[in-house]
Amino acid sequence: MKMNRRRFILASAIAGGGVLIGYSATRPSRHRRANKELVQGPERFISSFIKIDPSNDITIYIPHSEMGQGIHTSLSMMAADELDAAWEDVIIEQAPAIDLFANGDLVKGFAGEFGVPSFLMGLVNVSSFSVAELMNLQTTGGSTSIRYTGEYAMRTAGAAAREMLIAAAANRWSVSSTELTTELSYVQHNASGRSLRFGELAADAALLEPPENPSLKDRSQFNIMGRAISRNDIPAKVDGSAMYGLDAHSDDMLYAAIKLTPVFGTKLLSVDASEALAQRGVKRVIELEDSVAVVADNYWRAKKALELVNATFEESEFDKVSSADIAARFDRELAESNGSTDKEVGDTEAALEEAADVIEASYRVPYLAHAAMEPMNCTVHFQGDHADMWTSTQDALGMRGRVASVAGLPEENVTFHQTYCGGGYGRRLPFNWNMIDHATLIAKEFDVPVKTIFSREDDMQQDYYRPAVHNNFKAAFDTNNKVIAWHSRFTGPIQVPGASHIAYDIENQSIRVVDGDSHVPIAAWRSVDHSQQTFFIESFMDEIAHRVGMNPYQMRMGLLQEHPRHRKVLEVAAEAAGYGQNLPDGHALGIAVQESFGSFVAEIAEVSMGEENQPIVHKVTCAVDCGWAVNPDTVEAQIESGIIFGLTAAMYGEITIENGRVAQGNFPDYEMVRMATSPEIEVHIVESGETLGGLGEPATPPIAAAVTNAIYILTGQRVRELPIKNHDFSRSNPVAQV
Amino acid sequence: MATFKVNSVEHTLDIEPDMPLLWAIRDELGMTGTKFGCGIANCGACTVHVNGSSVRSCVTPVSAVEGQEITTIEGLAIAAAGTNSSTTDLTAVQQAWIDHQIPQCGYCQSGMVMAVSSFLASNPNPTDAEIDASITNICRCGSYPRVRKAIRALANV
Repeated sequence: MKMNRRRFILASAIAGGGVLIGYSATRPSRHRRANKELVQGPERFISSFIKIDPSNDITIYIPHSEMGQGIHTSLSMMAADELDAAWEDVIIEQAPAIDLFANGDLVKGFAGEFGVPSFLMGLVNVSSFSVAELMNLQTTGGSTSIRYTGEYAMRTAGAAAREMLIAAAANRWSVSSTELTTELSYVQHNASGRSLRFGELAADAALLEPPENPSLKDRSQFNIMGRAISRNDIPAKVDGSAMYGLDAHSDDMLYAAIKLTPVFGTKLLSVDASEALAQRGVKRVIELEDSVAVVADNYWRAKKALELVNATFEESEFDKVSSADIAARFDRELAESNGSTDKEVGDTEAALEEAADVIEASYRVPYLAHAAMEPMNCTVHFQGDHADMWTSTQDALGMRGRVASVAGLPEENVTFHQTYCGGGYGRRLPFNWNMIDHATLIAKEFDVPVKTIFSREDDMQQDYYRPAVHNNFKAAFDTNNKVIAWHSRFTGPIQVPGASHIAYDIENQSIRVVDGDSHVPIAAWRSVDHSQQTFFIESFMDEIAHRVGMNPYQMRMGLLQEHPRHRKVLEVAAEAAGYGQNLPDGHALGIAVQESFGSFVAEIAEVSMGEENQPIVHKVTCAVDCGWAVNPDTVEAQIESGIIFGLTAAMYGEITIENGRVAQGNFPDYEMVRMATSPEIEVHIVESGETLGGLGEPATPPIAAAVTNAIYILTGQRVRELPIKNHDFSRSNPVAQV
Repeated sequence: MATFKVNSVEHTLDIEPDMPLLWAIRDELGMTGTKFGCGIANCGACTVHVNGSSVRSCVTPVSAVEGQEITTIEGLAIAAAGTNSSTTDLTAVQQAWIDHQIPQCGYCQSGMVMAVSSFLASNPNPTDAEIDASITNICRCGSYPRVRKAIRALANV
């Protein structure tokens, strides 16, 4: 059956996870088209992601953004292992931002797991999985690259290419392909002792039809996957040669500094730019609908002149809104609205009625900024009806499409230049368009490249934020202190379905969501809803444990009988952390566990209270079951990273709203964990051999509760609102460890 | 006019005396290894060496480095090997950054490598407290545990 590309993706998306997996990587049209459009000289694409030249250079094209997660290396390992390539022969390339390398496999994976994720919703017509838009995806997010692109595309592409090389050798030698084996970039015929390098067979192999169901290796057959292989992007990141979006440069380049309306959603009214225009190097002052930009021959000059621009923005109903107003509105919603069902099991209302005891607790977390180290930026160069663009992004094709659409150009007239990405965490996903749109409209006024840069203050005040959420809980107990009901009411929106659900075996559960909108724009933020919900759930579980006088670890183990993967990571982390054993005086352990993005993570934080009555996190012990580890060292690195990212949020993170606008401006107001406050981290990988889970996000959710659960033991104070820095622990009353 | 050496090359630029060194290096000289992170000397992404000492270039006006010797991440290995050497191999710190697989997104690491290089040059065997007090750069990806391990390994050499 032959299907053209667009029909193919449609069919597979509708089929969901399983049926057509793997085809998209090896469809005849794709590698043929790659050979036609991209190949120079005698090299050949064998499948869409793999190109082999006669000298045996094996180039693997990675359709994902490298933003520090090591994805270029890990995905190449997956393809190369199935190919039976020698790792030394492998060259890793970022796939170009053209639709040939769209990563629709990601959407298929999501569709199989829990429907299309919210951050992609705008691209997808859910009823028909509208195909034209799916073609424009090259998204890196949702901890999906390994488990979807890797499992569904890269491994299949490698395995298919290997079978095609074997078939080409079988033809050459007139033997059966069953007599042939592969090893270290060679096809071998053991019976006759003949062998050929892949490079010598590539041209023949590329003429063949890819196999429909290439066989994938069993884990015992891996040669490359499972090894701690050094990342290919690191050398350039220690000598200054790694290029990020902000590093696009040309001698004739201009620079734009921009002032956006401080109150989200309002428009620019008037501008007096006379003084700014008189400054050295200033070329133009450009007024846009919601902003004003100064374009100069140096960013500092543009930024300095911008301070001289007198801009007036329209008034709005949000001008007086503060965080307290938003919090009051959320509480009103929770008090007055029944909301909508997220999950209902049993009869929670009846259980609450009959209960011997009920405890209640209200939790809340604030808005958060992404604060990637590379401030948002975008360079666009218009020349006639063509544009070149540079921006650090989590979706190259999406950004190309956006620039084209804002500029009114066909997509193919926009060339996207790939760079490394100086931190994403959700900020650089599609729909967070503010920088891209502004940079495009500004650059459109010039015929030289124009680089628009957000200052750190712009970056923090013009973000799309992790939502603030309130969650009110009740738990009911019977006369034997057994938990019989779990009652959760939280403010939305739900960005990741299921994050508010619990794995714990509680007979009656009622989980409902009410409206949590405000004028503050929101987006995905590393681990999305899990970042808030895991803090809530794992804290309230701890309250339940202390209420019934049970050890919080034993309590969890008891309620997770049907969840062996949760239990195993808890067990491994507890043993490694010395849970239940003697600790240094004044230290306590807090524990939390969560499944997210297909991985299971338990974290145990060792905490003491410092002289200033603020918590010191000494060590975090983590056990992670991500199925198995493609590259164990990058697994550990992602766990370390996720924990520190979550710890920063727990300890310090808060974006507050005053007079409708963001109050924080730079790092002193939005503090980060640094060397002095960074704990020792010990990572234990639990190889369950189950389906691969994601790793970019799952370590972030548990850390906040792990720390605050330890703080409770140390101080008797239950932290129900983040960040921790806002709490006064001077009157501590330690709780006896159970 | 501003005159200073960057990685042993003398530059004379017709720029304002209060232009921060960061933007002179990036926008005027087109050298992009030195990064813009916060603009207020808080995050350390813009760290360069002036006469061997770490300086946050985003708040250092070019008038303050008149006639001085500036080293950026691009010139670190050459500077360490001596100006007459043709060696462009990595420094021990850069090699340790590879050995310990430290950078993730990597954006802050130019500044981190520069900060640690001058720190270890002046204090080759630091205590943890000295590391904490001196290395204040922000790494949003959280490479700190690996940075600490690398510093300890370098100190033990």
